[in-house]
Amino acid sequence: MENLIALLIAAPLLGAAVLLCGGRRLDAVGHWLGTLLAGLSFVLGVVLFTDMLGKAAGQRAVTQHLFSWIPVAGFQADVTFRLDQLSMTFVLLITGVGSLIHLYSVGYMEHDERRRRFFGYLNLFLAAMLLLVLADNYLLLYVGWEGVGLASYLLIGFWQHKPSAATAAKKAFLVNRVGDMGLSIAIMLMFTTFGTFAFVPVLHSADSAGEGKLTAIGLMLLLAACGKSAQVPLQSWLGDAMEGPTPVSALIHAATMVTAGVYLIVRSGAIFNAAPDAQLVVTVVGAVTLLFGAIVGCAKDDIKKALAGSTMSQIGYMVLAAGLGPIGYIFAIMHLVTHGFFKAGLFLGAGSVMHGMNDEVDMRRYGGLRTYMPVTFVTFGLGYLAIIGFPGLSGFFSKDKIIEAAFAKGGAEGWILGGAALLGAAITAYYMTRVMIMTFFGEKRWQPDEQGNEPHPHESPGVMTIPMIVLAVGSVFAGGFFSIGDRFVHWLEPVTGHAEGNSPVSAMTVTVATLVLLVVGAGIAYAQYGRRPVLAVAPRGSLLTRAARRDLLQDDFNHVVLVRGGEHLTRSLVYVDHTLVDGVVNGTAASVGGLSGRLRRLQNGFARSYAVSMFGGAAVLVALTLLMRAV
Amino acid sequence: MNPVNYLYLAALLFTIGATGVLIRRNAIVVFMCIELMLNACNLAFVTFSRMHGNLDGQIIAFFTMVVAAAEVVVGLAIIVSLFRTRHSASVDDASLMKL
Amino acid sequence: MTTQLAAYTTSTGEAFQFWVLATVAVIGALCTVFMKKAVHSALCLAGTMIVLAVFYLANGAYFLGIVQIVVYTGAIMMLFLFVVMLVGVTAADSLRETIKGQRWLALLCGVGFGVLLLGGIANASLKDFDGIGKANAGGNVEGLAALIFTRYVFAFEITGALLITAAVGAMVLTHRERTERARTQRELSEQRVREGKHVPPLPAPGVYARHNAVDIAGLLPDGTPSELTVNKTLRDRGQIRDVSDEALSDLKALEQRAAERLERAEDERPTHKRTEEASK
Repeated sequence: MENLIALLIAAPLLGAAVLLCGGRRLDAVGHWLGTLLAGLSFVLGVVLFTDMLGKAAGQRAVTQHLFSWIPVAGFQADVTFRLDQLSMTFVLLITGVGSLIHLYSVGYMEHDERRRRFFGYLNLFLAAMLLLVLADNYLLLYVGWEGVGLASYLLIGFWQHKPSAATAAKKAFLVNRVGDMGLSIAIMLMFTTFGTFAFVPVLHSADSAGEGKLTAIGLMLLLAACGKSAQVPLQSWLGDAMEGPTPVSALIHAATMVTAGVYLIVRSGAIFNAAPDAQLVVTVVGAVTLLFGAIVGCAKDDIKKALAGSTMSQIGYMVLAAGLGPIGYIFAIMHLVTHGFFKAGLFLGAGSVMHGMNDEVDMRRYGGLRTYMPVTFVTFGLGYLAIIGFPGLSGFFSKDKIIEAAFAKGGAEGWILGGAALLGAAITAYYMTRVMIMTFFGEKRWQPDEQGNEPHPHESPGVMTIPMIVLAVGSVFAGGFFSIGDRFVHWLEPVTGHAEGNSPVSAMTVTVATLVLLVVGAGIAYAQYGRRPVLAVAPRGSLLTRAARRDLLQDDFNHVVLVRGGEHLTRSLVYVDHTLVDGVVNGTAASVGGLSGRLRRLQNGFARSYAVSMFGGAAVLVALTLLMRAV
Repeated sequence: MNPVNYLYLAALLFTIGATGVLIRRNAIVVFMCIELMLNACNLAFVTFSRMHGNLDGQIIAFFTMVVAAAEVVVGLAIIVSLFRTRHSASVDDASLMKL
Repeated sequence: MTTQLAAYTTSTGEAFQFWVLATVAVIGALCTVFMKKAVHSALCLAGTMIVLAVFYLANGAYFLGIVQIVVYTGAIMMLFLFVVMLVGVTAADSLRETIKGQRWLALLCGVGFGVLLLGGIANASLKDFDGIGKANAGGNVEGLAALIFTRYVFAFEITGALLITAAVGAMVLTHRERTERARTQRELSEQRVREGKHVPPLPAPGVYARHNAVDIAGLLPDGTPSELTVNKTLRDRGQIRDVSDEALSDLKALEQRAAERLERAEDERPTHKRTEEASK
């Protein structure tokens, strides 16, 4: 049965190869082929899942050795896949959500000439992402890591004719590079410390290595996670990544790829457990990012960018939970899965809205859409309720657990982290309510564009609404399904381990506090946007609003610190290069040239001059001979 | 008189010849100066032969003469062909280098 | 005892001969270096070589002495003179130095080298002289022959090869292969006519009643010398003699002498100067 693991990756990889190399003759069927292969991968995942359920909890992890990649003495790199409960969770999420989004894209990209290529990229992404989560060692994981980076780059810049999309793709790629550097350094450190980079030996012997080394590895892994998961300080690319087609935003930049960082941290849990300093940094990064993303999400008028800020914030929750250690790992993954459902659903809803509104993204041009696109309204609304943590829906269960775990960290840290998580929940309620109201309620605010085409909002075709409905069902029931009887905890416990935290506040208190803050946040948003008409042009707003509109000045910060700093560094390096290095080189050349110029005069072509030197040499020889005799 | 004086004379003639090689431009005169140097050497060899009481020095001098004859033949041929192409017997004119 | 003494000191006659002839040799050598004309240098060198031949004889190298005269002064120096003639016997070299610092460096090296050499000889403790008498006992030529054909026979054979090579080399260097047929006189004249540059025969050289005068250019009607009239070889050597102003200077000298003699008469006739200027 474990031989099917490779097929999981092979199916979408084959799709990518066929679609990207097949040429125009596949234009007619390419999208269905891609969707079919994604679905095949999902079916295989389900088959493996049922197989896994049939085994005892301890024997569920299976491996498949495909071939030896780099068989060198002292350096063994294998292409081996490892399917355990953690990977299985991801496989189902990736292939399931991936298949739905493939299906959705069939409708969404219907009028795009390069649809076949788009599906090729999507399949490529699926293959790379599956490789990432199925890898049995860090090196193979790195291959998948780079593969999803490539797919992300290609898909963000899919509409490459738009300079903004091309720039955004480049930005994402560059920022991800920084994180990738961290991952490669972490792998090298692992190799020098443990002599291998396969998960099992590394994680089992993690305790034996020194804490300093583990902290270093952990921080480098965190850097990698920050790059891939858009965490502070490498968060700047995610907002711009919304330049890509909306299904891409849903699949890659909401549900799956951006959660790879969380996967990495949870997978490397043994290392972080033994390095508390690194864990602390992880929680701090998570807490900062969840507030950061939430604040940015509040100020954006672009629906996708608001959702992007929300994604950042939700992943911040996951990273925070992952940083809490065994008390948080499982909840991080649980939130990841539920988030995968509702955020993908929200993005698909946003895409549906844009699809009906002539690709308008400004929420100030929406309004009152609930009557025009009821299915979208309902599914989006369910996703909305899930993300803000409405009782009984997915987000309620997973987010609540994270907040509880944050308090359970204990001490001042616990209070600070828990407080941040609570505050984040309130802000989440605020910005999501804002999105909801601005999009679906109130008066219609759209206007004809420059060509005089007034948008005619309409419901999307079935091929798009079906995935939205499925995801909405997931958003509603997944959390409850996972939580009843702690199913998800028991499922993942053999892989990640689990510990119950001692929270200083009771679970009920946390739940009540969350709900109160939820109501407060949603109420403020209703007061601001529901009671009053939404202005067509954004008001100037407070200093914080203006900063948040500019992504809390992250780009300005990067520009001032990194770009300017880099420019100055380069300029000074160029100066040093010109004066010092070139000076030495040119000086040497000039002095050699000058010396040669003088020596050249000796080489004047006159035989008599040469004869003089010969004769002088002979005289010197005679003198030396006499001197030697004398001595 | 001590026969060493012949050696002094040989040294003097050799030096004069060498200086002549350096000073004169006319290839023929340069050649003559070389001959002068060779002859100075020969005088030294003959003197050595006398000092040591054997004939080896004279043999060497004899061979020197033969070699000098061969050298003159080739050297003068070179000068003649040089003169033909350059219309000058000056050794400086043979320099084609730019200064 | 007597041989030993003979080795240490030479006879007074030889000493006298040495001092006289050594002076001549050094002077000859210096003249070789410093004479302006190559032919003079060659003659001075020949003199020096004859003096050296005498020294060889005095040192008991009878064979070498004769060979020196016959081969060196007789053959080699004549070869030199032959080439000097070929190159131009009248050409005088300028003794101006053209390479900067060459002369000073040459003198410095020369003086330094000479001083070192002389000092080296003076320093050497040359006390044990054997004299040539015993070696020459069986006759100088026989002794040399015995050595050449026994101990030095290989060197001798190789010398033969060297001489052959030198002879061939000299031939190769001076021989010019004709790559095309020499043009006949008819063809040359036809070419002259075709080119139309100079159809009649070249003009004859000028005539000056002092020598055969083939090196004197004929004068054109306007008084300037025409190089065409002189043989190409002489032209190439730069041996054209221009005597056009020689006649004028002769005339001037004649006039001056006449004027000196007729000084008084000149005083009486003050207009003479004016007529002279007019004649110019």
